[in-house]
Amino acid sequence: MASSGTRTLVRGRIGELVLRPDGVPKVTGAFQFASDLSREGMAWGVTVRSPHAHARIAAIDVSEAAALHGVLAVLTHADVPGRKTYGMEHHDQPVLAWDEVRYEGEPVVIVAAVDLETARLAAARVRVHYEELPVVTWDDGIVLRHVPIRHGDQEVSAEVVVSGTYEVGMQDQAFLGPESGLAIPAEDGGIDLHVATQWLHVDQEQVAASTGLTLEQTRLHLAGVGGAFGGREDVSMQIHASLLALRSGRPVKMVYTREESFYGHVHRHPARMRYEHGATRDGRLVYVKADVLLDGGAYASSSPAVVSNAATFAVGPYRVESATIDATVTLTNNPPCGAMRGFGAVQVAFAHEAQMDRLAAALGIDPVDLRIANALTTGDRMITGQLVEGPAPVAELLERLRAMPLPPDTAMLPSDQRDLPGGLANVTHGEGVRRGVGYAIGFKNIGFSEGFDDYATARVRVSLVDGAPRVEVHTAACEVGQGLVTVLAQIARTELEIADVVVLQADTLVGSAGSTSASRQTWMTGGAVRLACEAVRARLHELSPERHVEETAEHHHRPTVPLDPVTGQGDSVVALAFAAHRAVADVDCELGLVRVVEIATSQDVGRIINPIQCEGQIQGGIAQGLGLAVMEEIQLGAGRIRNASFTDYLIPTVLDMPTVRLDILETPHPLAPYGLNGVGEPPTIASTPAVVAALRDASGIALARVPVRPEDLTTSSSSVSSS
Amino acid sequence: MVNGTARVADGVLESDSLLTMLRERLDLPGSKGACEQGECGSCSVYLDGVLVCSCLVLAAQADGHGVLTVEGLADGDRLDPVQQAFIDAGAVQCGFCTPGLVLAAHDLLGRHRDPSDLEIREALAGNLCRCTGYEKVLDAVRLALARRSR
Repeated sequence: MASSGTRTLVRGRIGELVLRPDGVPKVTGAFQFASDLSREGMAWGVTVRSPHAHARIAAIDVSEAAALHGVLAVLTHADVPGRKTYGMEHHDQPVLAWDEVRYEGEPVVIVAAVDLETARLAAARVRVHYEELPVVTWDDGIVLRHVPIRHGDQEVSAEVVVSGTYEVGMQDQAFLGPESGLAIPAEDGGIDLHVATQWLHVDQEQVAASTGLTLEQTRLHLAGVGGAFGGREDVSMQIHASLLALRSGRPVKMVYTREESFYGHVHRHPARMRYEHGATRDGRLVYVKADVLLDGGAYASSSPAVVSNAATFAVGPYRVESATIDATVTLTNNPPCGAMRGFGAVQVAFAHEAQMDRLAAALGIDPVDLRIANALTTGDRMITGQLVEGPAPVAELLERLRAMPLPPDTAMLPSDQRDLPGGLANVTHGEGVRRGVGYAIGFKNIGFSEGFDDYATARVRVSLVDGAPRVEVHTAACEVGQGLVTVLAQIARTELEIADVVVLQADTLVGSAGSTSASRQTWMTGGAVRLACEAVRARLHELSPERHVEETAEHHHRPTVPLDPVTGQGDSVVALAFAAHRAVADVDCELGLVRVVEIATSQDVGRIINPIQCEGQIQGGIAQGLGLAVMEEIQLGAGRIRNASFTDYLIPTVLDMPTVRLDILETPHPLAPYGLNGVGEPPTIASTPAVVAALRDASGIALARVPVRPEDLTTSSSSVSSS
Repeated sequence: MVNGTARVADGVLESDSLLTMLRERLDLPGSKGACEQGECGSCSVYLDGVLVCSCLVLAAQADGHGVLTVEGLADGDRLDPVQQAFIDAGAVQCGFCTPGLVLAAHDLLGRHRDPSDLEIREALAGNLCRCTGYEKVLDAVRLALARRSR
């Protein structure tokens, strides 16, 4: 403990550059990811999935599979002892399909065998007789939720009007660590499930409901998570592995292949959007009308919340007198869509930022000036009527971003082939290459909205180990790579002035921490750790070699309310976070090849808790935004995924991802512990429209759809090259 | 030979990849399987000193050859300078790509005295990372280079 006389502070507090505690095992290969787990007598589970996007199941015959030597269990819907459906909010998704399959890849039968090869052989011998049904896609989906927003005068007109239609393709989280877990039957008849997930308690509830176990018998433990980005918020193999373990009496491990992973988790909703912006001739935004259609795929997942976000953030971080928004999510036979980093704000940002550029062009105003002139600020009202109480440094972020230096124009005098679009493919030496610059800004909610109390729990214990105090921090909050384990320890050191802090493995033996999503964990679980530490600190005088001091605390954010179902009005969000991006891109206008030269960003993070991790979130989030802009899309044909591999679904490599010029603003958020704010999602919102704005600037082509493909950039290249 | 020790693997199937043998038969799960088709580099190992995707090499092809995995890079508790640089530069987030990237960076440093930024990027282009946006991975390689030249 710090000696009170000299006031020496322990190192590793908040704000300091603290290295992650799992760094050494991760660089040596010793870190155990969920896919690395093993146990004596472990069996392997595999999943038999629907090859059809929509079909009636006429018959399932597992006899051949079950007869194979080494097979331990072959289960169908009839073997699900508890609730036969699951889902985070709506339990609409069959654990194993019975009458119908509603998307390609839907689980129908699960198999456990003594080894993986036998399990796969058995799975291949399962006979399911399907009768194909018509595939419902975009145009005839069933409305799951419609969120209207009616803000201000609805009978309004403007001097200058621009409109456009925009489309966003289906993006995949593409975390590298596939869905994996190990279910171990326990002596009490229950199960210990070690799994890579984002939210242990919501998984626990769903596993217990479908296995018929009690919550106490259903113990979840976080196994090493190889990235998440929203794709692990829904259950994948959790219930299946548990059912197989309970049936076979053996530990059962399931690890998805990459192909299976594309079917095994929800994706970012593809979107079709129609926008109309009206403004005065001097550039004041008068109204925004928007129709936003999201394809939710076959099941609800978190679609109702995603579409709420798409509506709430539909106009961007701007002040506007009138807004008429209709955001709708439908059910189709496409793959289910749900949470992905940015959660509904990403799709609309592509549209509203394209519209702001279009409006600027129509008005003859600089696009950054137009944004600044209409920038949302503290004290304004959002289109939901909610007062912006926290920081909203929209104008400041844009000013700072614009003031940052531009990269040198290497395209004019290429020093190296690798600096040019196409790189070592050697397709140009600079001819046909044009440079463009684009700006964009976006915002979203931090924490869950619309009345959801997504509290977090932390247990903090101080004990004396060999005469020295040690802190143990125990939460159910999922470390998914972002570095939560580092910042929770920093918070404990800051509050208790004790250097030795151990963050225990997350599990359900402590109260819920809520989801590692919505950029909320440092705020929410960090806040709970702080509260528990404060309670412990008040009792530290009780600490002795025989007696530890332990406290458990919950952190709740301020309450929110659902949006009014007719007007879309209501104080639905806890807090907002903002980030602006500027992209510089070179385009080979003859071949449509792109090289993003640099992305600069200004982001308000409230307060930096750990600089290196904060930067890492921003850089990594921008890479995913760049991916959506120029390469990432799950390609669908009649509900079927055509590119379920890393050969065909492209994510940025180090050659695609440019240097990021960072400018981090710290405006303390009054509602948050330490004034911090969520960091993880804002980088993924405006980076996509910024890149596309740069491509438009370079090519002169309108580009109304992401990802932008080479053919999109050459469609009207003849007219461009003559200009 | 795996990481300097002669190893005999039991139960190897003809169809097993080197990656499967390392992970499932030799208890060396440090090499990761993320794509199983040579796109992501997470399974990278040295085979007779040459960096390969172990998912694309049959286990039988490694018979009688030398394999070095990420588990064999550190000298006991002393990390290889590349490993230390990855930690210090913040190049590790979820860590699933890290074993492959550490080996790719190690391979580059073994081949180049003073690679340019473009050469570093080229050397790491076979390794996908979804968390970092690569900036701190580049920082890590530069840090390792700077420390070596001190």
